[in-house]
Amino acid sequence: MQKSLHIDPEKCTGCLQCEMACSYENEGIFNPSKSRIKVFTFHDEGRFVPYTCTQCDEAWCMQACPVDAIVLNFVTGAKDILNDRCVGCKVCTIACPFGTVNYNTATGKVIKCDLCGGDPKCAEACPTSAITYIDANATGLERMRMWAAKTDTQVSTHA
Amino acid sequence: MAWTKKILRVNLTDGVISAEPLNMEWAQQYLGQRGLATRYFVEEVDAQVDALSPDNKFIMATGPLTGTMASTGGRYSCITKSPLTGTIACSNSGGFFGAEMKNAGWDMIIFEGKSPTPVYLYVEDDQARLIPADDLWGKSVWATDEEIHKKHQDPQIRIACIGRAAESGNLFAAVVNDLHRAAGRSGVGTVLASKNVKAVALRGTRGVGNIKDMKRFIDTTFEHKKVLAANAVTGAGLPTYGTQVLMNVINELGALPTRNMREVRFEGAHSVSGEAMHEPRASDGKKNLTRNGGCFGCTIACGRISSVDRTHFSVKDKPQYWGNSGGLEYEAAWALGPDTGVDDLDALTYVNFLCNEDGLDPISFGSTVAAAMELFEDGVITTEQTGGIELKFGSAEALVKIAELTARGEGFGKEIGLGSKRLCEKYGRPELSMTVKGQEFPAYDPRGIQGMGLTYATSNRGACHLRSYTVSSEVLGIPIKTDPLATDGKPELVIAFQDATAAVDSSGLCIFSTFAWSLDNIAPQIDAACEGDWSVEKCAEVGARIWQLERDFNMRAGLTGADDTLPKRLLKDAANVGPAEGKVCDLGAMLPKYYELRGWTTEGQLTPETRQRYGLPS
Ligand code: SF4
Ligand code: SF4
Repeated sequence: MQKSLHIDPEKCTGCLQCEMACSYENEGIFNPSKSRIKVFTFHDEGRFVPYTCTQCDEAWCMQACPVDAIVLNFVTGAKDILNDRCVGCKVCTIACPFGTVNYNTATGKVIKCDLCGGDPKCAEACPTSAITYIDANATGLERMRMWAAKTDTQVSTHA
Repeated sequence: MAWTKKILRVNLTDGVISAEPLNMEWAQQYLGQRGLATRYFVEEVDAQVDALSPDNKFIMATGPLTGTMASTGGRYSCITKSPLTGTIACSNSGGFFGAEMKNAGWDMIIFEGKSPTPVYLYVEDDQARLIPADDLWGKSVWATDEEIHKKHQDPQIRIACIGRAAESGNLFAAVVNDLHRAAGRSGVGTVLASKNVKAVALRGTRGVGNIKDMKRFIDTTFEHKKVLAANAVTGAGLPTYGTQVLMNVINELGALPTRNMREVRFEGAHSVSGEAMHEPRASDGKKNLTRNGGCFGCTIACGRISSVDRTHFSVKDKPQYWGNSGGLEYEAAWALGPDTGVDDLDALTYVNFLCNEDGLDPISFGSTVAAAMELFEDGVITTEQTGGIELKFGSAEALVKIAELTARGEGFGKEIGLGSKRLCEKYGRPELSMTVKGQEFPAYDPRGIQGMGLTYATSNRGACHLRSYTVSSEVLGIPIKTDPLATDGKPELVIAFQDATAAVDSSGLCIFSTFAWSLDNIAPQIDAACEGDWSVEKCAEVGARIWQLERDFNMRAGLTGADDTLPKRLLKDAANVGPAEGKVCDLGAMLPKYYELRGWTTEGQLTPETRQRYGLPS
């Protein structure tokens, strides 16, 4: 079963455990500035929104890359960067409509979410389940369940 | 490891900025943050220094766990000599600023001297410079934050700054970071203002590494997050109600100081409680509380994010206050509410916004207003002094007006800015000031919670609950339940809490973690990260050493055992209702034993043996 990251901003408290987990997995150090997932604070509205690559099917970044350094991982469905191929031209960062591919000045390559090879560390670290890693075919299940619970069956049985 | 092992020294007088290595010998004795910065401070500053002179220094310090994945590891502290108390000041704050300092590669920033003109410090990893801030002087914290972000065109900068209160010489002005997190107490913001420093803006991209045993660190911090999640206080109470979970509990106990501590129970407590923040309001059906939020790395997330009712008199013509911002924590809610007799949740939330917007300690502010209200009701001050404000207990209008004035350092707000002690002395009624060593009380009446009496009297920074929160034991039963009305065993309890707290405050972790964690949980996390052996015993010993060092500084600064006391009202006037009815705080039954256990003379001075035992600097 293919899984995908599912983000529920309602639950997020803005603690950045996810950013630390991501940077630790990828850089071996706690460094939110190098995280592939970013949590945005909308102060006036009182909202925190985690945001990262959604692994589009027709991935613009992948299509734009002139050296085929971005490839589909058939197991996870992620679009992975091949570091030894990436030439740091940044075309993918322009192509991605969501801004989730970014250049890393320290390495001269780009970085993006690769689902940690199928075990995403942000989801593991999130204390509020704002990030979960679930069946890619049923990311709406929890919301459906919530509405299902609110559906009033009493009325029809007694009518 | 975990320390970056680097200090940034900023000489404001001549504008020279330099990097130096961290003294690792001291780090082994004092850990980090509160302890280690105090060690630097006592080495470099004469205890007799005038707090507002250029000879005072100001340190911002992180702990070894700041910026790591350990839950609550986002704290930093401001260490200086306090203009309010004349003691050591050490104010701790969360938010994201502390972690950013570590990410930029610094354990501490030491400010010395005084800049000839207003400046702010901008740090981007290794690069640090002072930038003119003449255009920012006179602006609020919120406006300054916005301006600096704009100027650098970088939304990721983290900023700590002072507001107009500090600039006006208010003696309890805070340093506010990330818009609504504050190093709140003892006037640390006032000291920064005296040095002409408006703000510190940081951007760190280097990350925090240097972990002694990374695998063990990840495992132990992960396990301990589970402990926080499973605990009733840190896993449910704090995220849901914040520290405001206490309002009704403490009121029930008859330990909620009311109307300048004349009474111990407030009839309007529920209206300003954590529960009330969850109730939909009549005007728009929204709750005061929008949601909870966490500081950097915190899996508890006690922070309140609130809004004020737009139809409320305080904001109805001020759309700039219609959005969300930092909401009421228990101490602030108490000082602004029960202590002034005001039971209007929206007024309190708005005033709390103002405290953040212009950098006021809401505890000292509320308590000083409460004292002023008593002076007003006794006819000692009149509308002549207040500029027409009917400063009566229970008046939300008066509270709001006086907050606006104090935040901006105008009118009678300037006198409120003296703090309760100086205000009451000025008007010849010193006994009305509810302070210890010049610092205002927080929200626990020591007649109903005796251990807190000893806590306040002996706190190294004047009245403060965060030096030994025995409420945990006396009220909540953490780690063991003790009788709040008993004095037996309290000296031991207070000492254990003081020492453990000093260690936690030096680690980078938040003291609220200790509702679920003891040193048994914390020491392994420090030990996995930091070189050296960090057993529970060593952490406790480091805590005790820090306590003695702070005390030693205060004694050199000219304080004596006579300062370890409480206002007469708490020692002589019995509680009027509740479980503590008929009781005063029996400090005399606890203090001598406390001195003895601390290794101090009957006058409260450190003995030579004690100094030697902890290896204090001579
Ligand atoms: S770890 Fe979870 S709660 Fe914390 S910031 Fe990330 S998504 Fe939000
Ligand atoms: S418990 Fe509260 S104050 Fe402490 S770090 Fe977490 S959110 Fe911040």
